[in-house]
Amino acid sequence: MSGTAGTSAPAAASDAAVPLLEVRDLHVRVGEQAVLRGVSLRIRVGEVHAIMGPNGSGKSTLAHVLAGRPGYEIVSGSATFEGRDLFALAPEERARAGLFLGFQYPVEIPGVNNAYLLTAAANAARRERGQPELDAFEFLALVRSKMSLMQIDESFLGRGVNEGFSGGEKKRNEILQMLVLEPKLALLDETDSGLDIDALKVVASGVNSLRAAARAIVLVTHYQRLLEHIVPDFVHVLARGRIARSGDRTLALELERRGYDWIGEQAA
Amino acid sequence: MSTPDIDALVNRSYRHGFVTDIDADTVPPGLDESVVRLISRKKGEPQFLLDWRLRALRHWQSMREPHWAHLRYQPIDYDGISYYSAPKQASDGPKSLADVDPKLLATYEKLGVPLHERARLAGVAVDAVFDSVSVATTFKERLAAAGVVFCPFSEAAQKHPALLEQYLGTVVPYTDNFYATLNSAVFSDGSFVYVPRGVRCPMELSTYFRINAAKTGQFERTLIIADEGASVSYLEGCTAPMRDENQLHAAVVELIALDDAQIKYSTVQNWYPGDEQGRGGIYNFVTKRGECRGRNARISWTQVETGSAITWKYPSCILRGENSVGEFYSVATTNHYQQADTGSKMIHIGANTRSTIISKGISAGHGQNAYRGLVKILPTAVGARNFTQCDSLLMGKHCGAHTFPYLEVRNPTATIEHEASTSRISEEQLFYCLQRGIGAEDAVNMIVSGFCRTVFKELPMEFAVEAQNLLAVSLEGAVG
Ligand SMILES: Nc1ncnc2c1ncn2[C@@H]1O[C@H](COP(=O)(O)OP(=O)(O)OP(=O)(O)O)[C@@H](O)[C@H]1O
Ligand SMILES: [Mg+2]
Repeated sequence: MSGTAGTSAPAAASDAAVPLLEVRDLHVRVGEQAVLRGVSLRIRVGEVHAIMGPNGSGKSTLAHVLAGRPGYEIVSGSATFEGRDLFALAPEERARAGLFLGFQYPVEIPGVNNAYLLTAAANAARRERGQPELDAFEFLALVRSKMSLMQIDESFLGRGVNEGFSGGEKKRNEILQMLVLEPKLALLDETDSGLDIDALKVVASGVNSLRAAARAIVLVTHYQRLLEHIVPDFVHVLARGRIARSGDRTLALELERRGYDWIGEQAA
Repeated sequence: MSTPDIDALVNRSYRHGFVTDIDADTVPPGLDESVVRLISRKKGEPQFLLDWRLRALRHWQSMREPHWAHLRYQPIDYDGISYYSAPKQASDGPKSLADVDPKLLATYEKLGVPLHERARLAGVAVDAVFDSVSVATTFKERLAAAGVVFCPFSEAAQKHPALLEQYLGTVVPYTDNFYATLNSAVFSDGSFVYVPRGVRCPMELSTYFRINAAKTGQFERTLIIADEGASVSYLEGCTAPMRDENQLHAAVVELIALDDAQIKYSTVQNWYPGDEQGRGGIYNFVTKRGECRGRNARISWTQVETGSAITWKYPSCILRGENSVGEFYSVATTNHYQQADTGSKMIHIGANTRSTIISKGISAGHGQNAYRGLVKILPTAVGARNFTQCDSLLMGKHCGAHTFPYLEVRNPTATIEHEASTSRISEEQLFYCLQRGIGAEDAVNMIVSGFCRTVFKELPMEFAVEAQNLLAVSLEGAVG
């Protein structure tokens, strides 16, 4: 593997043999509680994975730990992103490297203009890739097209980040940010929760528009409904801190019918 | 993975901390009648002004330093201060930029003061006060053509004595308070603005203050008069070099707005705040007050306070004219061991007078930030209204925010609203920005700027950016 440092992505990125994300036997504690108890996951470019599982099983924890949120203790295990040690990178470095987290509960940042945050984020990613920064006009043109795709009114650009947004608007705003940033790996944590039926379709088409051979998407969801619109290649069940079962899309259908109890029994 | 530590975001050194090596004409420390006479003589002031100074001095000698503010500091030795310091010059003052000591110009250059009509500030006239004497003023001609008087205070004493005699001390009398009285006795220079009837001042007026000489106090006096139907926007910027000892700054600003007149006064204050251990820094005891003397007059104070070891400052409005409006928009940051006790007073006298107070306090490090405000509605102020909003943002565990709102309502038709909040930069907000690829410091600045947005948008455009940058510098290191 080529080890030359530079602004461009490592050679491994284009090497199909190296997974985009590889999580190995990850153990994570929050305070005294062991939340992740040996998670392993391999995600290659071009794939869509769905992670399902009961409330409190550790889905958001996994997403947060991968994105670098403070407050979690990584007890053991590893995670690599394009072959790089993910845990050695600061959260903003992971983001710039192409890891995007769509939050289950997007936070409000009063007074900070939506457009301003989006420009700063887009330009941080572009600098990382050695691309010139966008000027205001280019940026606006880019954002407008994505906004119309997401059916978000332009007036949202001038509002505070998530400030006073409805639950569904916050989720659509997350997807808008993802579309502008064009990450290599998108971890979408319950982006479908709280969406009405039409909004679900809008979000799904936004996500599908990003599906590409060079990218991967991880959907954390409770509902088979989303997976009808965004068809996953793999479905995993996270239960009590472990991937208790993996399968194809039929697993989601089975879960819808039978719930999670039978998986608990099998895994035990 | 290191957790971003909000406590650690504050460690960049003060950018304006250089000392200019200039031969200064400084009087020995201490204050008595002879010093006051000397200052007045040096400036060739008219008799009435000397008499006024002397009355102030006598009154001051009978006064005691006030200690009601939420501030702690070593006692000030008023006998150890020199009350006058002027850069020595060949003649009695520069006639143009070419006459100004090049070292002074270089100082301004470093400060980013746009003496040479730079593009960024095109349209801004600068009256630069260096230690005590105004050294250069630009844009004089354009202002003169509009009939606007904008000059150093000492020049006004000679050229416009009648205006001075009519207005000086009518908003802040020489008996007003300890520091204002001291200022009245020994003020060295400052700015004078008179905008005649019906004239909109054709450009932003701007003054930069800088304290340079060691062990000197700085006592500017600013007087701005907007005659009937006139309007003016004025900005002052302040800096001082780094010194281990504390320096005293006791300024007075008086604003007078007659019928239908408007004055907008903005301050971007960046006096040296002292170091991380709380050594040195400016003691800033300032009296700023405006009077809406006529109907429909409007006075608006906007301040961004990032500097000073101690800030004691309450820009206020006396709303005498019917329908007059007073506004106060403030961002005050305290970092390291800085202390600020600041706020506003709105005195409603006329009918249907309105006032707004928006105060944003940001505390980091061991900083202590107090908001102190008074809203007073007199019996004559039928239908008066006030809205006060006071928000505090805490960064870290060792800082403090305090709110002291006072309310005196003596007319039952008044409407008063008060909102207050205290918040912290949440780890959630910070992480959200980081996850979008924005670095920790930029993220904090972004969140803090968002918090201050309602105040920043009141600043003249050119300075909103400057204020934002200043805020960034002053809070640098508060999250690491
Ligand atoms: N910061 C925290 N402090 C205390 N406990 C936490 C914290 N974060 C997560 N946990 C605990 O870890 C477990 C997993 O939480 P997590 O949010 O990852 O679940 P989840 O699978 O996303 O659930 P849901 O489907 O309800 O979103 C829960 O028991 C939760 O209470
Ligand atoms: Mg969750």
